[in-house]
Amino acid sequence: MITFDAVTKRYADGTVAVDNLSLEAPTGEITVFVGPSGCGKTTSLRMINRMIDATEGRILLDGDPVQDIDPPKLRRGIGYVIQQAGLFPHKKIVDNVATVPLLLGWDRGKARSRAMELLERVGLDPAMGERYPFQLSGGQQQRVGVARALAADPPVLLMDEPFSAVDPIVRTSLQDELLRLQAELNKTIVFVTHDIDEAIKLGDRVAVLRVGGRLAQLADPKTLLSEPADDFVREFLGHDRGIRRLQFVGTDGLRLRTDLTVPAGFSGGSPEPWVLAVSDDGRPVGWLRGDGGGEPEPYGTFRPGRDSMRSALDAALLSPSGCAVAVGEDGKVVGVATREVLDAALAEAADG
Amino acid sequence: MGEPLLARLIADGPPSLWEWFARNWDTGRAGSVKDLLGDHLVMSLVPIVAGLVLALPLGLASARWRWLYQPTAGVFNVVYALPSLPVFMLLISVTGLSKTTVIIPLTFYAIAVLLPAVVDGLGSVPDHVRQSAVAMGFTPLRRLVQVELPIAVPVVLAGLRVVAVSSISLVSVGALIGQGGLGMLFTRAYQNPFLPPVIVGIVLIVALALVADGLLVLAQRLLTPWVRARRAS
Ligand SMILES: Nc1ncnc2c1ncn2[C@@H]1O[C@H](COP(=O)(O)OP(=O)(O)OP(=O)(O)O)[C@@H](O)[C@H]1O
Ligand SMILES: [Mg+2]
Repeated sequence: MITFDAVTKRYADGTVAVDNLSLEAPTGEITVFVGPSGCGKTTSLRMINRMIDATEGRILLDGDPVQDIDPPKLRRGIGYVIQQAGLFPHKKIVDNVATVPLLLGWDRGKARSRAMELLERVGLDPAMGERYPFQLSGGQQQRVGVARALAADPPVLLMDEPFSAVDPIVRTSLQDELLRLQAELNKTIVFVTHDIDEAIKLGDRVAVLRVGGRLAQLADPKTLLSEPADDFVREFLGHDRGIRRLQFVGTDGLRLRTDLTVPAGFSGGSPEPWVLAVSDDGRPVGWLRGDGGGEPEPYGTFRPGRDSMRSALDAALLSPSGCAVAVGEDGKVVGVATREVLDAALAEAADG
Repeated sequence: MGEPLLARLIADGPPSLWEWFARNWDTGRAGSVKDLLGDHLVMSLVPIVAGLVLALPLGLASARWRWLYQPTAGVFNVVYALPSLPVFMLLISVTGLSKTTVIIPLTFYAIAVLLPAVVDGLGSVPDHVRQSAVAMGFTPLRRLVQVELPIAVPVVLAGLRVVAVSSISLVSVGALIGQGGLGMLFTRAYQNPFLPPVIVGIVLIVALALVADGLLVLAQRLLTPWVRARRAS
């Protein structure tokens, strides 16, 4: 656990970057610092590994003040990932990843094989280990950055806008990857971003900071969306709070209808306005009118239990029938969530 | 001495050039071409090596304490700007008509070029790379040796190539005080207009410069494969 105990940082020029910050980042959870530019996110993060020293107050790592730990020793036990990845241009990828193990005095062979293992773990081909950083794409470099931070298996990981320099598709996959890794590794992660959607997606807890380095609200994402503490937080969360909150409503309770599917060769005769054509191997083909006229229309899918209500609703809005197609892990249709069922679930979500 | 000398060269032709070279390469007496080549090597290599050895700590200090940089670089630039002859005059009173009198100013010239190269080289380390080295728990010394200096190598080597070639060429100026290495071949020709020694001198100096440059390019390839790989991509 990382504890900020009334921490203030005043720079030499008088700028107060962090003002009397007290909060805890619990062990094994992702705590996100989010806020507008200049609100002191980076400063707060760097005070944890003492790249910046606090002016007042204390930061505790599992109860021990970081001020009492020799900085290099402290830092070797804390993984650090930054926006530009910060890879060493003159070292091969494998040696980049092996950096901290080597600093810790592991022997070369062991450090290298650990590095290879980690490359695989973050979804890279271990053959890339022999390349130099500039031979990798931005997204790949960022994965290497994560692998390097994890190399010595530190209990704590600090991440400063690690995914903001890559395009939205790569960013989404890196975020998913991080969540997958975290499910396996259970690190104590402090993650800095200025993107509230990223904060809500990744954070177990989100700390919203305002300019001047003061904590505006600390809450889990769902609470943050439903009960913003004040106008600043409300404004920072932006529009669509209601829709976004559906991300935290599950779909496992949805009653699915299984009587709305027809074989692909369907030629009319259903009393329903829309029926779902399904191929021989069980995959969705498209929506057909109950009287059999016209071509198959587009459909949207979600995985019940895994995807959120937001995905289910999105899937429903993609099809002319207003129904969302539920598919299993294998992509085969397991049922259909009708407009009425979704409606009821939404009403329930609005109450709760 | 334009027209008649050139005419004579053409009249004499290469055979006499080669003949002169073969006769004078190793006469067994002082002042043979072989000796001059040896002197030339010593007087150009010592400043290159000494320049690098001195420019490194000066550059590191200048990069660490920025206020040191301008005054230090200024001193070496002023020395660089001084005409060689008065510098020799001044030094002769201390070191006499020796090789040292040539080596000292050339070392200053080398530093004048290499000091900015070291400072720029260290400046070429991207800030995020330095920061991530700090964050990973490098001690300052280890960071310098394992991260910052290796990244500075291409810029320093580029400076070293300039220094090597200019130093090899500048040694000839030492002929003014009788310590010019291969440059001595030029002064002799001046007293007695005879071309072969001049040609031999020029060819050997250029060859020396090319060899030195080639060795440095080779060093660059071996030391910084990551730069070569970047070009290939
Ligand atoms: N070395 C410094 N000296 C003086 N002021 C600084 C220094 N570093 C940061 N600041 C100031 O402290 C405040 C917080 O900076 P910080 O870098 O922590 O912000 P941030 O939340 O990370 O912003 P961003 O989202 O733009 O990265 C800013 O007003 C900044 O100008
Ligand atoms: Mg920042």
